[in-house]
This record gives sequence, C-alpha cells and structure tokens, in this order.
Amino acid sequence: MTATYTAKDLKSSSEVKWCAGCGDHAILNALQKAMPEIGVNHEDLVVVSGIGSSRLPYYMETYGMHTIHGRASAIASGVKTANPKLHVWQITGDGDCLAIGGNHFIHTVRRNIDLNIILFNNQIYGLTKGQYSPTTKKGQITKSSPHGTIENPFNPGELTIGAQGTFFARTTDNNIPQMTEVMKEAALFKGTSVVEILQNCIIFNNATHEYVTNRDTRNDRQIFLEHGKPMLFGEKNDKGLVLKGLSLKVVNLGKNGITEADILVHDATTPDTTLHTMLANMKSPYLPVAMGVIRKVKADTYESLLEKQIETAKKESEIKTLNDLFYGGDTWEVK
Amino acid sequence: MGGKEFAKELNKVSIRFSGDSGDGMQLTGTLFSDASALYGNDISTFPDYPSEIRAPQGTIAGVSGFQVHIGKDKVNTPGDYADVLVAMNPAALKANLKWVKRGTIIVDVDSFDEKHILKAGYTEDPLNDRSLESYQVIHAPITSQTKQVLMDSGLDSKAIIRSKNMFALGVSYWLFDRPLKYTEQYFEKKFHKKPELIEANKKVLREGYIFAQNIHALTPYRIEPANIEKGIYKNINGNTATAWGLMAAAEKMQLPLFLGSYPITPSSDILHELSHYKELGVKTFQAEDEIAGICTTIGASYAGNLAVTNTSGPGLALKGEAIGLAIMMEIPIVIVNVQRGGPSTGLPTKTEQADLMQALYGRNGESPCVVMAASTPSNCFDFAFAACKIAVEHMTPVILLTDGFLANGSQPWKVVNTNTLPHINTRIVKERIGNNTPFIRDNATLARNWVIPGTKELMHRVGGLEKDYETGNPSLIPSNHHKMCVTRAEKVKRVAQFVPPLEIHGNEYGDLLVVGWGGTYGHLLSAVDELLIQGEKITLAHFNYINPLPINAAEVFGKFKKIIVCELNLGQFVNYLRMTLPEFTYLQYNKIEGLPFIVEDLKEAFLKHL
Repeated sequence: MTATYTAKDLKSSSEVKWCAGCGDHAILNALQKAMPEIGVNHEDLVVVSGIGSSRLPYYMETYGMHTIHGRASAIASGVKTANPKLHVWQITGDGDCLAIGGNHFIHTVRRNIDLNIILFNNQIYGLTKGQYSPTTKKGQITKSSPHGTIENPFNPGELTIGAQGTFFARTTDNNIPQMTEVMKEAALFKGTSVVEILQNCIIFNNATHEYVTNRDTRNDRQIFLEHGKPMLFGEKNDKGLVLKGLSLKVVNLGKNGITEADILVHDATTPDTTLHTMLANMKSPYLPVAMGVIRKVKADTYESLLEKQIETAKKESEIKTLNDLFYGGDTWEVK
Repeated sequence: MGGKEFAKELNKVSIRFSGDSGDGMQLTGTLFSDASALYGNDISTFPDYPSEIRAPQGTIAGVSGFQVHIGKDKVNTPGDYADVLVAMNPAALKANLKWVKRGTIIVDVDSFDEKHILKAGYTEDPLNDRSLESYQVIHAPITSQTKQVLMDSGLDSKAIIRSKNMFALGVSYWLFDRPLKYTEQYFEKKFHKKPELIEANKKVLREGYIFAQNIHALTPYRIEPANIEKGIYKNINGNTATAWGLMAAAEKMQLPLFLGSYPITPSSDILHELSHYKELGVKTFQAEDEIAGICTTIGASYAGNLAVTNTSGPGLALKGEAIGLAIMMEIPIVIVNVQRGGPSTGLPTKTEQADLMQALYGRNGESPCVVMAASTPSNCFDFAFAACKIAVEHMTPVILLTDGFLANGSQPWKVVNTNTLPHINTRIVKERIGNNTPFIRDNATLARNWVIPGTKELMHRVGGLEKDYETGNPSLIPSNHHKMCVTRAEKVKRVAQFVPPLEIHGNEYGDLLVVGWGGTYGHLLSAVDELLIQGEKITLAHFNYINPLPINAAEVFGKFKKIIVCELNLGQFVNYLRMTLPEFTYLQYNKIEGLPFIVEDLKEAFLKHL
C-alpha cells in the first residue's frame, strides 16, 4: 500500500520545545520519515509516551497520548489489545522505560504485544536535570552521584532478550537514514519490537556516546548487522567477527589466512538467544557496538492469540447475547 | 420426603455453617443458599472466612464460616445471630458461639477429641462441661458416618473425608425442609467426568438427611416460598452482579468491554467472572500490577472500548496517579473498588467502608471524579451499569465502591432483560463538527467529545499536561489552568442533574433521620423498619451517589430534628457531609470491626436519640 501522507503531514501544530542540538529532533525527523512508508493509514497511527525523553506525541500529527512516568508500555498495551487494527508506537527513555517503567517494560516484551518501542537512551535523566539513570556508566559523576555511581547499568538489548523479547535493534541519533530503516523494520515486525537509540543529551550528558557515534571513527567502532550477511565492519570493511571459544573476537580479513568464509553470518531469526545476547552486549573499545536488527524472531502476538480465543468462543458458545447468559443456568420463577 | 407434619412454620430463620477452612464450608453454605433460593425463599448470605488459605488445621484462626438467612418475607440481611449453628470441629464452635441464638447446634462429635479440644483453646470438652446447657446440641457422628457410608466406594480416604460437609448439609436439609434435587443436580454437573463422585456425594447427602430424620431429636422448620415480585430470579453475589452490570452496559453501548485487572481480594472474582465471556467479546487483561491494570484500561478507553479496572483499597492507592491522568485526559473509565479492612493489608477478607476519602480525594491536584456506591449484592448490577453510563456520557472516570460484604454476599436477583435497560448515549464523534472537535464540550454536561483512533482527519493528542480549553494542546497559561480546574469540577458537579434524587424510607418528616451509604443498606433498613413498626418517628435516607450528592439531599435533611450518619469506618461520609452540607448538625454511629452492623445494636443506638 502506498501512503497518502508524507513526513510533512505528520508534523503537528504544537511548537517543538526541545533544547537546540538535542538528539530528539533527529529522532522525530526519522520517525516522520519512516511512518508513511509502512503502509498504515494515517488515522490508524497512535503514538504513546511516558514522561521524560519526550513530549514527542504532541509533535506528531497522529493520534497520541502523552501519559505518566513509566507507564507508557502499559497504556500502549491497553490501546493495542483493545483495538488491534491500530498501529501503536511507544516513545520512551532510559529512565521512563527501565527504571520507573521497568516492570511494565519486561512484561510487555514477555507478552509480545505488537508495539514499536522506541527507547531513547541518553544514559541520564534530562528532564529532571541530570541525575544518573539505569543505563548510566558505572562510576560516572552526575548531579545525584557526586562521587560516581556505584550501580551496574542495564544493557537494554540484554534485558529485552532476557525478557523473551522477539525483536531488538539499535541505532544512533546522528544517523537518520539508518534510524529510519531500523524503525521501518521494527514497524513491520509483528510483536514487541524494541529499538534502542543511542541519543545525545547536549545539556546534561553531552558526548556520552561520542566514542561510538563520532562520524569520523564510527565505521571502526560500530558494526551494522544485516540478516544473512557476514558480520563485517570497519572503514575498509575489512574487519569481521568470529567466535573463539565462547567469546566474540574481532579479526582482520587477509591476516593470518582469514577470509570472508571464516566470518560469522548474522541470523536474526533464530530463536536461540546465545549469539544475539553476545552481540547486544558488545562494548567498546575491544569490540564494535552492534547496530541494526540484532534479533527478529517470529512468534504469536498477545493480541492475535486473544482474538483467536474470542473467535473460537463465539463459534462454540451457546451464549450469543447477554440475555442468553442471564436467563440460562439456575433460575426460578416467582408467579 | 414427607413426615414433616410437626414442622414449625417460621417467617425467617438463619443458619451458620462453620468448620476448618479446608472443610468446604463456603461450598456447603452456597449450596444451601442456592437450594433455598431455587425453592423460592428470599435469602441473604454472609461468607466469613480467614485470609489464610489453610491456616493451621483445627485452630480458631483457621475457622471459615458461612451464614445464610432465609425467609418467607423480604430478607434484608444475613441475620445478626444464627438460629442454627453447624460446627465441624471444636474451634468452629468456639469461634462462632457468640453468633448463635439460644438455638440448635449441630456438631461433628467425632472431631471433639482431646487434641482438637485443646487446639481450639478449650481446657475441657465443651460438650460435657454443661457450658452449652441452654442450647439444643445435636451430637452428629459426621466423620465416622461419612467413612462408613463410603467404605466400599473405592474412593481414597482423603476424598472420603472431604465429603463430610455433604453429611452436614444433608442434616440441614432435613432440618429446614429443603429439597435435595438442586444439590444433586449440582453434583451431576460438577462431577460429570467423575461419576463415582456424583454417587458418593449423593449418598452422603442422603445419609445426613436420614440421620436427622431418625434421631427424633429435631423439630424441622418450614419456611414457605417468599412473597416477592413476580419474575425470573437467580441467586447472585455482588461481584458477579458487578461483572454482569458492566457487560450489560457494554452491550447497550455496543462497545467491546475491556477489563484491566490485577488480582486482589475481595475483588478478583470480577476478573474471574469476566474472563469467561470471550464469546461476548469481553477482553480481560491480567496486568503485572495494579498500576498496569488501570493504565491498560486508560489505553483501552482511548482506543474506544468500554474500559474498566477493578481493585480493592491497597490497589486503589496504587492507581491514584493514573486516575488523575484519566481526569486530565477526560476519558471515560470505571474503577470498581471492592472495599476491605485497611489500612495497608489490613483485613483482606473482611468488609469495611474506609476507602471513601481515598476515592474522593486520594490524588494530587484538583482531581474530582464521580464516586458512587452499590448497596445490596444484587443492585451491584444496577450501579455497575449506571457507573458505565455516567462515565461515557460525562467523559469522566467513575469510582464505584462496593465492599467485601456485598461482593461475597448473595441474594435473589430479578433477571433483567437487557432490552429494558436504559439507552446509553456515548459521545463518540466520527466526523469533524468544528475546530478541535475532540475538545468541544456539551453545553449541559460540559463533557467533551470522544474521538476514537482510526477516525479520519480527527487526529488529536491527549495527555497529563494541562491542556488549552479550546485546542486541547498543552498550555501553561495561568488563567487557562484556573478555567480548566473549574470546568473539570463543574462537569462532575453537573452529574447530579442526571442521577435519581435521594429516596427516603419512612416518614417524610420526623425525629431522627438515619443516613447511610453503600453496603450497610440492608442492616439500616431492618433496624429502621423494626423501629417504625414500634411506632418511632424514624426514617432512612441511604446514599448511592456520593460525589456529586443527589440534588435534594439538603431538602431531605432539613425535615428532621436529628440526623445520624452510620458507617463502617470512623466517620468519613459524615465529615464529607459536614464539609458539603455544613448547615446541618450530624450525629454519628461508627463501627470498624471488619464485620457488618448488627441490627439490634443499631436499634439501641437509634433509640437513644428518639
């Protein structure tokens, strides 16, 4: 289906109130580009957010709910379950999704409700002005950790997969074409898709992802994973990933007799979580950070199973209306 | 089965079944109630059970009870005190003796061994120390007779022991002249895959009946079918009635019903009941917590379902922030709160009315919503229906309060044909009717329009931020915030014009007006009725609508010399009245023991003011 609307039609009349230079601008831009390309009617789009990363729903000319802190997963789950023909996006941040909303997030992922969760990870609480979040690097000095944090951060990919997630992808806020492609793939996937966006908070956590996302060096520090293709990366595309024992290791093509045939080929669709978890966990500087769709496994969605149960019950039950129920069973008549 | 020529004719009688929580007393009581209802009596039941699933066997803490009041006349309450007590062990006798009139006690004499007597906290065998002299005590060998009857049944000893409650039920059926057929039909349905259990239970039930007949120590009671309004009836408890009322509203407005819910006593049965009816398009979402219960509900409402969440006090506390969101978004949801003893975990299985202030005010900011309460198990149906109607017609969250007593108590419900239910006018709009269509308000109600995603060209955003009165966009303008707070308050206030006026029972003028709300209705009505018969100038005004109050409340209050407000809390409604109708002086009567009022106590309290 070709969309009858464009990115421009998705801009609402509300004035965008994010800081200049915030990664949110680019993400909004990518979303507005991706949406018209997924074959969904304009009026069937619903964007739901919690609090923190985003008043983004207000800036989208779609149906939208800007809700309360941490609860977007639950609210979006209600929207999709109640009305499965709607196409539901959830906009959330590392604090909203993984701290106050952590419980809702893991259960939504476990249920595999068909939502597209866009997780803005800036590793800080921005809206409340600079406290550490569940993804802040251990030891980092922030407003609420003047001596450095003593907490281990979550890796959203590992958490998603651990919660039986069927779809996880990662991208960065300074790469609009890649963001748009990943968002489209997430949108077309049936099930809970989690897209982590490494996002910069220019005010409270500037350059937190710089090592990985810097345009000049990113080709050596990121790997873009594509299903069915060898795991190659680098400025000259001459580096690759191999499995050595139970660990991933970077090798150079042409050195020590390594050829492309030795390089791992990405299988995003295998239900086995082992390699997907390892890929999601790759950290700088010894390994490239994985971008693109890391996991994409076909499974029944919550709402499709529910609709199926309803259909079966409608076919098999003798109760067609409430009166059938009310007047059935044990009754007696007073004459 | 005949042989009842000596039966004692009675208008009303109540029986209490009690035993260990593993003895099946709730089932026994329910079967007795159902048989009585099907026989044509009016009934009112009161299950009284511990919060532990299986507290230590044989102890007072583990005693589970079920009282049922049956009558030829209208029965308003389960009865203060039982005429007959069935006690399956010494602990049950000890825990329940204070609830029995000087009447008949049937004990399972086999359980009165030294071990169980001491476990119950008796120092001597109560059956032999003359402490029960003023009662007629029937020593029934319930356990040993059950074993004897089922010796050759092929059932294992555990299953045999489990059937002993049916012996007790059989004894009760003879004593109250009940037919066995309804219970036998129940066995046939329940155990259709295990025919050996049908036979075994029937056998034990009959054996109990024959035992009662043969000992010649008992005089049976006869309670003729009740003289009640013509129609088809069903025995129903408050939670089922609530669930059915919600379904009726959904069918009436032709929207799917969505329930977002987290299990909590004594509210979970609403979730259980609704989860059955997928054929009627009902969706139940068992959420990961109370907050998700209401948040999925809010999402479902925005997406165009009739959306409801159910809970009890601690859960209502967790839902507070989200109720505020629904108020701010002005979307229709219903929150059913089945009150239990609090604060905190409190008395999970006991009844109380102490969530009223929480329902009215338990949120941040100026956040008014409609608060209403059901007052009998069967009218939970009507008020669940009304709560949904108000929510969608006025675009507001509605909190419906019931309580543990209503939820688990049952009474006959006159089956409602859904065709006769009032129409519900949802504010769903499918086409543009002006600028900012979703935010245009009805002049009479101030309710905004309900535009459901999927509707072309009416895309709009709702949220927790204060919104502009006209456009619905976020707004920080000071005067707009003031206007919006006033509008939301006025919208709820105007609901009063659409709800029935406060009704009174008794004389229009008088010395004492008894005021109650919610689940205490039956007890207050009985107390007032009995005093009216004695010639007292007393009247009852019972509230179902609390915020807003019915418009004639002040007019009713003004016609009485004294007003006494009775509640199962320390005075929440009375203080709300002091605030909203301060021109009156209010007396109060409060009890907070986790139990319903006692009619005799109420009468005594009222007489002091007459």
